[in-house]
Amino acid sequence: MLLLECPYCGVKADETELTPGGEAHLKRFGPGSTDEAFEEYLFLRPNPKGVHFERWRHAHGCGKWFLAARDTATLEVFGTYTAQTTEPPEHIIDAIRAKRPDWSQA
Amino acid sequence: MRRYSAFAIAREAARHHQGWERAWKSPAPKKSYDAIIVGAGGHGLATAYYLGRNHGIRNVAVIEKGWLGGGNTGRNTTIIRSNYLQDPSAAIFEKARSLYETLSQDLNYNIMFSPRGVMMLAQTEHELRGWQRTAHANKLQGIETEFIGPKKVKELCPIINLDGPRYPVLGALWQARGGTARHDAVAWGYARACSDMGMDIIQQTEVTGVRRDGGKVIGVETTKGFIGCTKLGIVVAGHSGVLAEMAGFRLPIESVALQALVSEPIKPCMDVVVMANTVHGYMSQSDKGEMVIGGGADGYNNYTQRGSFHHVEETVRALVETFPIISRLKMLRWWGGIVDMTGDRSPILSTTPVENCFINCGWGTGGFKAIPGSGWAMAELMAKGHSPLAEEFSLTRFREGRFIDESVAAGVAH
Repeated sequence: MLLLECPYCGVKADETELTPGGEAHLKRFGPGSTDEAFEEYLFLRPNPKGVHFERWRHAHGCGKWFLAARDTATLEVFGTYTAQTTEPPEHIIDAIRAKRPDWSQA
Repeated sequence: MRRYSAFAIAREAARHHQGWERAWKSPAPKKSYDAIIVGAGGHGLATAYYLGRNHGIRNVAVIEKGWLGGGNTGRNTTIIRSNYLQDPSAAIFEKARSLYETLSQDLNYNIMFSPRGVMMLAQTEHELRGWQRTAHANKLQGIETEFIGPKKVKELCPIINLDGPRYPVLGALWQARGGTARHDAVAWGYARACSDMGMDIIQQTEVTGVRRDGGKVIGVETTKGFIGCTKLGIVVAGHSGVLAEMAGFRLPIESVALQALVSEPIKPCMDVVVMANTVHGYMSQSDKGEMVIGGGADGYNNYTQRGSFHHVEETVRALVETFPIISRLKMLRWWGGIVDMTGDRSPILSTTPVENCFINCGWGTGGFKAIPGSGWAMAELMAKGHSPLAEEFSLTRFREGRFIDESVAAGVAH
């Protein structure tokens, strides 16, 4: 069972308390953008076997969206952080690098 | 290949079963092939089989990183049905179901196809109307299904509890020609037939790269070295995204875990397959007597072939209400598989941005039932460049907004 710490209320919540929300840091494209960009934003996902940044909602807690870095091949959690950012913060990147020296950010 | 028959059993019995030959060969890879299929699951082997049988392409290798049929082919709940709402899905699943009917004879391998009937329960007003609509659609598609009332449901499945307090059974969509088959035997039967046609099934060999030359595929890098090919078919389910990345394109796919379990074996008590989509559980009884139970997929990306305990708990809790008889059964085995989910919950059978590279993926939670039809269409696509069954399932449908939206049609993943 996954345990993620909600960065807002500090609760270590297990996954029954949370709702998964898919890949994080998507760059949004809307009307007026090219078909390629729109398709990319709506559908195409790297779906990595390894480090994955993703959205979660503390649905049965504070109700807020937050972000997590997790390994999809081992279920290891590298850390969670607030959603008010367009890219993973430095301390999360460092935590991943410490455990996955070969990892490079796509 | 020596044929299997009653006579063969007698002959081998007379010589102490010393004469059985191996069902398929395990050759070392050749330098190059006309076609390489990555993934020796049901879909990959079926693709190879129909490439040989329907299109005469027999210089084929099927490359598998583990052992054949060891992925989702060996991890599903073996249900076969074709009662889909949308025409393209109905066409390919019905093709598969009809091929299953004679597959044992075609392959000379008993796949134990058991057309015991599949019922999909309507447990809310919404579902009731949905299944009635599907029954009408199936009539127009020429697929034999009917909407049946609660009385008939009870007749067909006496252990069901019709008036559960939360989810009463209001009726069901009944497909009498649906059923189950022995999942491993489907992979083994295709493998034996492929090997007999001279194809190479190369197990324990992982594809580590896709070699291209000017936008055209020329072969694959593997743990046993480079193997050249004219055409490449990627048929790897959960790991489709990983292979696509090697080939240099991206897919509208996310991989999640789907779990199933079986109970301890009990005496025969249920001779149909029951699916309850509202509570998200389905159940049938295997020939060994185990109750085979499946549920919903986990919601987050996962490659670990195991899932969350609470999902299993939800599934079983709901089924116990509909089938009180199972409440004291012990769980015997529990496992997970990695399923490849697309945005519209329909598969992708398509050409790709890389020339001569084809992909068959996105079957999500419902691939087993499609194996023969999927292989049939994929083989045609690889041999001719187009296939009427595969046409609507192209990779470009997402960009063009031509979804085949079975997730809305079924109300759940299917």
